[in-house]
Amino acid sequence: MTWFADHVGEVLGLTAQHVYLAGLPLLIGLLIALPLGWLARRYRVLYAPFTVGTGLLYTIPSLALFILMPFIFGTRILDPVNVLIAMTIYTVALLVRTVADALGAVPDHVVQAARAMGYRRVKRFFAVELPLAVPVISAGLRVAAVSNVSIVSVAAIIGVPQLGLLFTDGFQRTFYDPIIVGIVACTVLALVFDLVILLATRLLTPWQRAAGGRA
Amino acid sequence: MIGFDEVTKRYPGGTVAVDRLSLTAPTGRITVLVGPSGCGKTTTLRMVNRMIEPTSGSITLDGRDTSRMKEAELRRGIGYVIQHAGLFPHRTVLDNIGTVPRLLGWDRRRTEARSRELMERVGLPDTLGRRYPAQLSGGQQQRVGVARALAADPPVMLMDEPFSAVDPVVREQLQDEFLRLQDELGKTIIFVTHDIDEAIKLGDQVAVLRVGGHLAQLADPAYLLAHPVDDFVADFVGRDRGYRALSFQPTPRLPLAAERTLTLGETTTGVGGDWVLVVDEENHPVGWVEPQRVHGEVTSTMLHRGGTLARSSGPLRAALDAALSSPSRRGVIVDDSGALVGTVRAHEVLTAIERAERPELADPLHPGAPVR
Ligand SMILES: Nc1ncnc2c1ncn2[C@@H]1O[C@H](COP(=O)(O)OP(=O)(O)OP(=O)(O)O)[C@@H](O)[C@H]1O
Ligand SMILES: [Mg+2]
Repeated sequence: MTWFADHVGEVLGLTAQHVYLAGLPLLIGLLIALPLGWLARRYRVLYAPFTVGTGLLYTIPSLALFILMPFIFGTRILDPVNVLIAMTIYTVALLVRTVADALGAVPDHVVQAARAMGYRRVKRFFAVELPLAVPVISAGLRVAAVSNVSIVSVAAIIGVPQLGLLFTDGFQRTFYDPIIVGIVACTVLALVFDLVILLATRLLTPWQRAAGGRA
Repeated sequence: MIGFDEVTKRYPGGTVAVDRLSLTAPTGRITVLVGPSGCGKTTTLRMVNRMIEPTSGSITLDGRDTSRMKEAELRRGIGYVIQHAGLFPHRTVLDNIGTVPRLLGWDRRRTEARSRELMERVGLPDTLGRRYPAQLSGGQQQRVGVARALAADPPVMLMDEPFSAVDPVVREQLQDEFLRLQDELGKTIIFVTHDIDEAIKLGDQVAVLRVGGHLAQLADPAYLLAHPVDDFVADFVGRDRGYRALSFQPTPRLPLAAERTLTLGETTTGVGGDWVLVVDEENHPVGWVEPQRVHGEVTSTMLHRGGTLARSSGPLRAALDAALSSPSRRGVIVDDSGALVGTVRAHEVLTAIERAERPELADPLHPGAPVR
């Protein structure tokens, strides 16, 4: 593994790129999925088209999506924005149903109580429904995070640098060291994402631990 | 005062949940809606704070048409308590109670002070303030629910089976505390239950609904038990309604017998007869002993405690129960301080019952209403 020792700086740089390309879409995707999921809950007719429609997006092969971006959005071919947008689409695809179902799982008597107290709709969403949906949304977010970390590496093929570059590089040279380093780095990254989401969830839901602590 | 005027609710799909309901819930009183499952109790209740909009008819609060008021403001002025309390699982007890005050724009400090005051009012220990609902017992959760509804001191309270999810002992306790609280606060309350006993215990007036949302009878509890208007109501108020009605009949002067007593610590030697009543130093009855069976000083562990006590100023039901439950068949009657006055036998109570007047036939809530 002298290769790794010689290329630490390069690997770290690629990792940073990877975090950026996989992580930012996670946040943006969540922000987009929240209102969409809310709408799918609020207007039942929208539920099927929204969840099925966004779900279908996930089936588009990532390479195709990366290549199509410049045509759809008029971006430059090698622009990392193409990857950011594509990854955001995947995140939304995974999260709309999660958000809708998470909001649907908030107990009805709690929502009714909130109405009866005099909460208006928007405030009720932020003060009652969203906080209670956090655990389920977070579970979906963890899946999306791992999926993003993995899918982003494909972007190496269209020349956007991140850890995936180690795979193409190793493949072209039939040299396994970068491939192994890439796999390890991706795995560690996925675990770190997972951990961060888990920690954030714990911070946002002190009531959940309290409930568990009783038994 | 809450007024229903010819209120009908037809759900999409055609179910008529409430059918031309006219009803007045007087200020400062508890009006109980009771009836079998699906008879429209919850629907009726939720139309008051407009969580459900009536199909036709109007509902007024102190004469003002609720459909002209802003929903959120209307609701903030009406306390609402439901089964399982409907507490916010993600908020502490204090924050749950402070919900409406915060919505009304009170600052944190004032809200917390108010929440703590209410915790005390409903009998919740101070230490529970920072807990989450999942860390409370069912009874405690219901108390938080009541405290939350009272937080902004609304004149009107809507309660939908608030005590039905707790065990019978806790339920009884909550009911008693609720009545005590209402004595102090004098809210205008509509209370929904499917338990006729609860209705009779809590209601100043009871509205019996039948499936389809028809008002079958509106009367005060004593009248309802004595004069159910038709078979449905008679059936619903139950088989032992004659006995339960005695809860509302004050005890007349009974022919009390003087009872020979032993004081705790006295010896049974030389005392004959079957059962002897034992009292403490303050002449409060504590139980019965059989002198032939025990020897020496009477201690509290020897006592038979099966008999209930009845206050001479209490209802006839208590006097009869005292006689029926006493091992000696002599029912123990005490005064308001709990001191022994005398004993009475079941047949003497029955004679008094036979002589007592039934609640008169004119419907006190609807003077002039025809009696079927
Ligand atoms: N949202 C709704 N849509 C259609 N029908 C409804 C709806 N809510 C209630 N109903 C129907 O209206 C009738 C009255 O319901 P409601 O909930 O008021 O009864 P309830 O007296 O409170 O019953 P329970 O004692 O079981 O709580 C029932 O037949 C019920 O099925
Ligand atoms: Mg109901």
